[in-house]
This record gives sequence, structure tokens and C-alpha cells, in this order.
Amino acid sequence: MKQLLILGAGTAGTMMAHHLSRQLDSADWQIKVVDEEPEHYYQPGFLFVPFGLYSTGDVVRPKRRLLPAGAEFIQAKIERIEPEANRVFLSDNTELPYDVLIVATGTRLAPEEVEGMTGPDWRRRIHEFYTLEGARALAAALQQWTGGRLVVQVTEMPIKCPVAPLEFAFLADWWLQTRRLRDRTELVYVTPLSGAFTKPLAASALGHLLQQKRIQVVTDFATAQVDPAQHRLISWDGREVAYDLLVTVPPNMGAAMLGASGLGDEFNYLPTDKHTLQAKQFPNIFAIGDATDLPTSKAGSVAHFQAPVLTANVLSFIRGQPLQARFDGHANCFVESGYGKAVLLDFNYDLEPVPGWFPIPWIGPLQLLAESRLNHWGKLAFKWIYWHLLLQGRPIPFVPHAMSLAGKKVPAGLLKLKPAA
Amino acid sequence: MAQKHIAGTVIDVDEEGYMTNRTQWNRQVAEALAQELGITLTPAHWKVLDFIDRDYRERGVVPGIRRLNKVAGIPTKELYALFPDGPIKKAAKIAGCPKPASCV
Repeated sequence: MKQLLILGAGTAGTMMAHHLSRQLDSADWQIKVVDEEPEHYYQPGFLFVPFGLYSTGDVVRPKRRLLPAGAEFIQAKIERIEPEANRVFLSDNTELPYDVLIVATGTRLAPEEVEGMTGPDWRRRIHEFYTLEGARALAAALQQWTGGRLVVQVTEMPIKCPVAPLEFAFLADWWLQTRRLRDRTELVYVTPLSGAFTKPLAASALGHLLQQKRIQVVTDFATAQVDPAQHRLISWDGREVAYDLLVTVPPNMGAAMLGASGLGDEFNYLPTDKHTLQAKQFPNIFAIGDATDLPTSKAGSVAHFQAPVLTANVLSFIRGQPLQARFDGHANCFVESGYGKAVLLDFNYDLEPVPGWFPIPWIGPLQLLAESRLNHWGKLAFKWIYWHLLLQGRPIPFVPHAMSLAGKKVPAGLLKLKPAA
Repeated sequence: MAQKHIAGTVIDVDEEGYMTNRTQWNRQVAEALAQELGITLTPAHWKVLDFIDRDYRERGVVPGIRRLNKVAGIPTKELYALFPDGPIKKAAKIAGCPKPASCV
């Protein structure tokens, strides 16, 4: 019996288990999925938890129930991969040999990487919303909020869902207004990049939102340390930002196990071919989702668009054929902008977010790179799509895995490559 | 897209002056771009620029501070001393790479 081993039963690993259990002959192949955690989280929903819009029940399901019957779930901590010997060791010393390995171990927060961040202010004045525990603690902190300086800060790139901190700032503006606390709150957005929006088209289409919502932006701020005694952030070039409540996005890191196995880069992400999704060092290792070092966003939509490509390439690899399926960097993100509106982005390696209609030209019904109420309803509807279509590896109607140019208004010279004829 | 005359040659740049065609980049262009930012390049600067150049060609991404620390072995303090007020942004510009950006 040949072994296909998937490390990680999050969004990407669960989708791959479904795709491959449909494609591989169960007489020849055994599919195993390893993950330490029993709970699967709908992570886009974490954004809504601090504002009381979603509760725990909206965003949690047991992992085991979301995996296909054709895959065996092993709930255990992964100790290391031994790629030369084609085997994985679990922390209880169980040895799992593999013929093909898929790394889907994602990314996690590493607040301990920043001096002072996990000091006395952590989970008191310093909060995050990338874990359920953190989002719930932040909800409690907001309930106590009576005004002051609320700072939303990104420590270091890359991060999972790069628009989420902006969405948090937009929703905080709206939420504070409904609570009659907006005039008593200074809302500050701190980024290590040169602006809250860094792409020219997005900056011109959406830049006004920051002024309109009275959000101060501090740019080029590379956080060196947090000073919990005086409740301030300090940058490498000696600038300071004071906070009463800090909503931070700590550094994001891949699985420590990848680093310990000698497979990770400086963030413990797996160096991966950006088109074939094959690990650069070992041909029988593949990677998907946040665990890779690919130059696209770390987001569930990316894993969704990668999954059919990876499935095709794993099947080609097994048959000894060249890997012909190519991932184009496609990502699709709803950006909540507050007051019941949202912005939709659709982009890939070669094209930054542009205006237009999605998914059908001139009809939409969703609008790209513009605020609309329908986009917001799209984001809310997405929860159902996630639990019922996305995780099962089913296609979303009208949305192919490769980004479509139909409906997009692309300014001359913006597309990096000529589209395939 | 605009064009710019620099170091006796013509380069394509975006509206913020970042090069859009790396085949036009060379050491003389880098020296001239650095001059515009008030930086005179020394061997210590070139250690950073050469790493960014090589890494960008291999990976298609401008390396961040953590990568320059861990892989190139250059401490953050030194990066700020060499390229004040935003070392990655400035070094990327001089190295002929795009500005480090997010998805929007």
C-alpha cells in the first residue's frame, strides 16, 4: 500500500484530503492526515468576533468531521520530517513513512519574537484577533473600552490575510461610532510598509477611506520592541507610538517543525516552486496554503485555487509524468470597510487588484476594488460556502482556479505578462 | 510608466522612481540612484545590495529585515545605519527592485 501523507488538517490540508481521496485508487493508496489540534476554525470569521458579530459556534467545527471518509485522521504532534528517509516522526515516536508528502502546516503567531510584546500588557492592553482565544479576549476588552488611543499595528510582513488589520480598523471605526465612543477614540494604524495601501490602483481607489474614517496612519514603522511599562511601541529608528489598547498582528511564522527538520526558510516556510507547488529540495514533497514561501497572499482563497493545481501535479508525479499544472498566484479577498459595506479584490502574481466586475463581466454582481453592500453580503455568504463547498474541494460556480481577466478594467502596461492566447 | 535619464543611460521607472525593468540595472545606475537618496555606496552597502539582487532574481521577492538578518547575516541596526529611514524600501530602490508591498 502506498502512502500519501498530509501534514495539517486546516483549510488547505482538508481540501487536499477531499481532492485526493476522490482521485487516488483506495486499493493502491492510503491517505493519512496528521494534525495536533482537534478543532477546525473558519479563520475569516475571527475578524467579526471582537465586535460581537460572530460567536464561537460560527467559526468552529471538529476537524475529524470535515475530513473525507477515505482519509485517516491522526491527531498528534508532528516532531520532524526526515526527507531523505521519506518518513515523518510524531512526538510519541510513531514513524509514518510516505511516498508523497503534502505540507499544509500553515502559519502561526509568534508574539515572543518581539521584545516586550508578551510582557505584562499581553492579553490586557495588547490583543490580537488571529486566534479564537485572542479574538474573544479582544471582544471582552472592547466591552470595557471607554476611549483613548486604539492602535492597530502590523509588526512584520508577510502576514496571514494582509488586509485583515485594515478591516479591523474600518470595523472598529464603525463599532465605536455605534457605541458613541468614536469621538473619544484616536484610531491609529501602524504599518512597516510605506502606506496602508501600497498598490497604486488600490491607493487611489481606497485611500480616501482612511481620511473619511479619521484613521491616522503611521508608515515605515518597523517595530523593534514594546515597552509595556509606558504602553508604547518603539521602532528600530527610535520612533514611538503610545497605546491604551494595542491590537497587534505579531510576526507570523511557519511550523517550527519545518525549521527543526532543516526544511524551512527564515520564517520556517517551505521553499516551494511558485507554479508547480513542489518543494524546491525534494520532488516527492509538495506544499500548499500558508506553509509555502510563495509570493502571494496567505489566505484561504489561495489554498482553494492552489488545490486543483496541486492535485493535478501530485497525480502527474505519481504517474512519472512532468508537472504541467501551473498556479498563477490567484487570490480573492473580501475587505470589510464598515457600515455594511465591503470591497472585493481579485488578483494574481502578474496583476495587482484592479476595478471591474466579478465574477461575470458587466453583471457582477460583485464589484472589484470598490465599496458596495453586495460585497458585504458576499463576505457573509462566504461562511456557508466555506463550510459546504470550499473545504470539500468543490468548485465555486463561475470562479475557475486561474484568475480570469474577464470583467477587469486593466490599465495599459499594468499586467506583468501577456495573457496566454 | 515613465523614463528617466541616469548614469548615461535610460531606465523605466514607476511613479515613485522604482525601476520596472531590471535588465536596465547595473552598478553605475545603482550608484546614481543612491546619490539621489543622499547615500554614497560603500562595500557595506554593496553587501546588502548584492544579496537583494541575487535573492530577488532567485525568489522574485525583495527580502525583508528578518531575511537580511538571518540569511545575509546583517543586523537590523546596521541596515538602519546604512539606509536610514526605511532600509528595505531604500535598498530595494537602489537595487532596482520594486517597492516592498502588500496585496493592496
